[in-house]
Amino acid sequence: MKIHEYQAKEVLRKFGIRTPKGGPAFSVEEALEVAKSLGGPVWVVKAQIHAGGRGKGGGVKLARSLDEVRQHASAILGMRLVTHQTGPEGQIVKRLLIEEGADIKHEYYVSILTDRATQKVAVLASSEGGMEIEEVAAKTPEKILKAFIDPIVGFPDEEAERLARGIGIPDASVPAAVDTLKKLYTCYMETDATLAEINPLILEGDGGIKALDAKFNFDDNALFRHPEIVAYRDLDEEDPDEVEASKYGLSYIALDGNIGCLVNGAGLAMATMDTIKLFGGEPANFLDVGGGATTEKVTAAFKIMLRNPKVKGILVNIFGGIMRCDTIANGVVAAAREVQLNVPLVVRMKGTNEDIGKKILAESGLPIISAETMAEAAQKIVAAVSAIH
Amino acid sequence: MSILINKDTKVITQGITGKTAQFHTEKCLEYANGRNCFVAGVNPKKAGEKIFDIPIFASVKEAKEATGATVSVIYVPPAGAADAIWEAVEADLDLVICITEGIPVRDMLIVRNKMKHKVAAGGKETLLLGPNCPGIITPDELKIGIMPGHIHKKGRIGVVSRSGTLTYEAVAQLTELGLGQSSAVGIGGDPINGLKHLDVMKMFNDDPDTDAVIMIGEIGGTDEVDAAMWCKEHFKKPVVGFIAGVTAPPGKRMGHAGAIISTGAETAEAKLEIMEACGFKVTRNPSEMGKLMKSLL
Repeated sequence: MKIHEYQAKEVLRKFGIRTPKGGPAFSVEEALEVAKSLGGPVWVVKAQIHAGGRGKGGGVKLARSLDEVRQHASAILGMRLVTHQTGPEGQIVKRLLIEEGADIKHEYYVSILTDRATQKVAVLASSEGGMEIEEVAAKTPEKILKAFIDPIVGFPDEEAERLARGIGIPDASVPAAVDTLKKLYTCYMETDATLAEINPLILEGDGGIKALDAKFNFDDNALFRHPEIVAYRDLDEEDPDEVEASKYGLSYIALDGNIGCLVNGAGLAMATMDTIKLFGGEPANFLDVGGGATTEKVTAAFKIMLRNPKVKGILVNIFGGIMRCDTIANGVVAAAREVQLNVPLVVRMKGTNEDIGKKILAESGLPIISAETMAEAAQKIVAAVSAIH
Repeated sequence: MSILINKDTKVITQGITGKTAQFHTEKCLEYANGRNCFVAGVNPKKAGEKIFDIPIFASVKEAKEATGATVSVIYVPPAGAADAIWEAVEADLDLVICITEGIPVRDMLIVRNKMKHKVAAGGKETLLLGPNCPGIITPDELKIGIMPGHIHKKGRIGVVSRSGTLTYEAVAQLTELGLGQSSAVGIGGDPINGLKHLDVMKMFNDDPDTDAVIMIGEIGGTDEVDAAMWCKEHFKKPVVGFIAGVTAPPGKRMGHAGAIISTGAETAEAKLEIMEACGFKVTRNPSEMGKLMKSLL
């Protein structure tokens, strides 16, 4: 789960990490109130969307008077902010962060994530703050320092100090940087984050260390023990179809193609998408119905797929293990009737009670095209969809 | 022979009284067909009772002492699953198979590091399969996990995969072509797990009853690449490879920062190319895994 920058800074403050003073605003009036309470003379008006690259897209402005705060807030609120992470359709800005200005002497980068290869917690630090870290990694990988932390041992002072000195933090500020790094590590572990990133982490004119921007991802599997994080969820930032799918325990991701697919199991779902592509089609979505697919779940899955106006055909690929093919067949028939399906439907079923399932489909009176293998199913749906055009 | 388990393996089922565990335990018992493999269950609140005639113990340690079991399978819900793994490790079992899906990453991170510390301190090493995996089967001998038993056939092809249903797909293709399996292993789809492709490939390499292997992977991580690099130098048998996710959108499952500390070889196409360069016969058509294997034998 992702959160906004102003929420991320609240989390950081809770763990004792310094950030600029500021607060969220949902309207121009609120923006002015926050600005007045901060005092000035300089404010930063920042668009709050989950995607990065907001500054380049025109979503971050400096204001030198309350009038400028008003101007920027009016311009940014409601704008369609397009960044390299939003895609061409952009994201409507509904929230702002109004902050005091900062005295920036140098910008650094720090982040923490879990490294699957070493099964340790990786702390990354770089002297090149304020830039896209991907860019630093590509051009000057030697400027990214890493520490791999064993969670049983914790983050040793010496390691934090090695990173702080390694990225060029001046001697007088090293203790503050070590303190910040260690607090960020504690924060990462205690909140079940999967990414905690401060970019930039700044050195102030007086030698202080402060988080000027912050980004978190949290482990969805651990949200059950973090109601305080769940409270930060902003559904406006999520794909409504993905949110709807998750209510039914379906895992759904919209793609650009025109062939909807409904599959059980993430690996098989990806393999099905790949097979569609292999035979010249383009998948419209990833959809894993999971283990216990009921008629209700399958119907919901059909409805979600068909909300996408690009969908010109559907491929169902089920390997019945624990989930029996006859259950799925009943679900498919009921769903196709309920949604009055008017695009071609190819069903490939394999495994437990496969014959009963096929019989149910054949006797339904619905124009369902059946296939024996994944490849045959993909070829048939690609052919059916191109025949329409 | 086979890898990791066979007809003589004695298994403890942790969380045996849960609904899912009961369902699958019954199927596993049917598959064991009278062989006395599932010898104990664990549930501290129901110690002394029986389920499917399997005695329930308060702890893994007690279950092991009473029955001599060396393997456990875990169906405990996500919030307690990592503790269940650690309990089995502390009881010095040989192998723990964790079926549970949805365990917090931090819990897995901590238990994996505890396991490494235990071995470093001279303690017995317990292997972990999973979590979030279908389990392992040695056809006609023993099935531990949630895979449909009837699609398997005893034979000499090994199968290893992260994904459950994609493993079943490969197994069913082999069985239809008359090619049986020595063992089929699901290592699970979680980022922090136990046995990797590499570990399982080493076991298949050493198993005299495995003639060839289908290795199936997915986008993300470098496990398949690590295995392929090792196989290039050491693997003595034919391998068919497939990677799912050529069409998967980037960034949806992998954080950008995650790609920095890895090798940048996390896409399906990159993995397929490396596997091919390491001598695997790869296919981009998952319906052809079985046929490709047959052509190599």
